Amino acid sequence: MRRAALLALVLALLGAGPAAAATPRTTLPDVEDEVMCVECRTPLNVSTAAVAEQERRFIRRLIAQGKTKQQIKDALVAEFGPSVLAEPPRSGFDATAWAVPIGLGALALGLVVFVVRRWRRAPAAEPEPDAAAGDAAEQRRLDAELAAYDS
Amino acid sequence: MRLWVYAAVTIAAAALVGLLAYGVTTSGQDTTIDDKLVSGERVKAPDASLPRLGADGRAQLADYEGKVVVLNFWGSWCPPCVGELPLLQRAHRKIESQGGTVLGVDMKEVTSDGLAMVRRNKLTYPNLRDPDGEFADLYGTTAYPETFVIDRKGLIAARQRGPVDQAWLDRTLTPLLAEKP
Repeated sequence: MRRAALLALVLALLGAGPAAAATPRTTLPDVEDEVMCVECRTPLNVSTAAVAEQERRFIRRLIAQGKTKQQIKDALVAEFGPSVLAEPPRSGFDATAWAVPIGLGALALGLVVFVVRRWRRAPAAEPEPDAAAGDAAEQRRLDAELAAYDS
Repeated sequence: MRLWVYAAVTIAAAALVGLLAYGVTTSGQDTTIDDKLVSGERVKAPDASLPRLGADGRAQLADYEGKVVVLNFWGSWCPPCVGELPLLQRAHRKIESQGGTVLGVDMKEVTSDGLAMVRRNKLTYPNLRDPDGEFADLYGTTAYPETFVIDRKGLIAARQRGPVDQAWLDRTLTPLLAEKP
């Protein structure tokens, strides 16, 4: 009985050793939605290309080694260059991917402020012509025409 | 105030149109090489310094000046590319004594996977790495494998978009190897 318990303990320790040494710190879905398939230029999580499968194998290997998401992304950049990241670089021409939406947002905000200020400054609408007065004038004109017709 | 708003909107619209035009003109396939080869012209081979696969340092086409270079774009993730590697290795063995070489460009590849393929096929010709395919883009590559034969003066004399065969290699390489540097 004691031997069996000892054996079970040894087996548990042997099994726990490697697992503890490479405890996964991230998952494939957590990484693959932040990187690109380098061949098809689509996010890795939606790509079914052969090269995408190779990237996934590489990521799984690093996950099994206990690497963090950032370490895996760094390793991918070292292998494939910065274009493997889904988030575009913030320098060079690629910075336009950040600058254009920000610039357009600022422009839209400016336009909204401009339009609102114009509305607030606009003079009160002119009162509509008096309908009753209009009717009276019309009545007078009609009377005059009828009188002219009778005479 | 109104003039300022009109100016800002106009500039933003012009900038957007400019960006769109840039995207359209730069994202299409570059057919310059094909067009010139079809008209019988040879084209200056685009060059770039690339890391060596399985060795330290970098290399580029200019390092092979004076040689006939069979520049082959491949990746272990591309079955037709892998399929023609033995043929290219045999071609390299045949032409290296005549001043020729095969030069592989392993594209968009995890280094260890590319190296494993080199070892499995016992490739003895040099291979470079094109991590993001930027160098391959200079050749207008779209369907892998693609092979370009560069003469001793560094001009592209032939290209094959798709797998090569022995007949194509013989037909292309024999006259080029006979040319003087």
